[in-house]
Amino acid sequence: MTGPHDVGGRPDAAGPVDRSEHVFADWETRVDAIQRLCGGARFWRLDEFRRTIESMSPEDYVSYSYYQRWVKAQATLLVEKGLLSADEIAERLERLRGEMGGAE
Amino acid sequence: MTLPRHDGPFRFQDGARVRVGTGDPPGHIRTPMYLRGKVGEVVRNCGAYRNPERLAFGGDGLPLLPLYVVSFRQRDLWPDYAGPASDTLTADLYEHWLVPADVAGE
Repeated sequence: MTGPHDVGGRPDAAGPVDRSEHVFADWETRVDAIQRLCGGARFWRLDEFRRTIESMSPEDYVSYSYYQRWVKAQATLLVEKGLLSADEIAERLERLRGEMGGAE
Repeated sequence: MTLPRHDGPFRFQDGARVRVGTGDPPGHIRTPMYLRGKVGEVVRNCGAYRNPERLAFGGDGLPLLPLYVVSFRQRDLWPDYAGPASDTLTADLYEHWLVPADVAGE
């Protein structure tokens, strides 16, 4: 099955390349740090990380930004590997929302 | 990390004409869809590596799989390709995705 990432030769799926420089948000550098820690410690392998990203639904894959895909995949793998539960992640997100005064 | 040695033979030599498998198995596949069933030429033997299709699900990826750089003519890939006939595209492909070009697609 063609994954949402496999867009070679599919002009319907791949638009023009955005060549502008990316300015990192703080949360994106944190996501990058999690990746270096977990990947560097072989907590998961790059291939597992890719598998998790590329098996997202096409709708999710297209709507998420690059680092949103990363953080979603990290959450999936942390649960898959048993380090965190989905409930723990949901609770923590809820608490952070409260601390941030409900801001997104 | 030190890779275990690949003792098996390499099936394809540089210059070999190869056809990419046409299969569409489930799982984590690194072979792009647009290359399935296409014929190209082996231009480099990259050595042997752990199988990403198994690593992706937590396996050890062994036995090691030979990996080749395969060159395709752009005109063989895209029906409307308007560039020069000499234009090529190269891809890294694992041996289990390749058969000799004179063997019909699966």
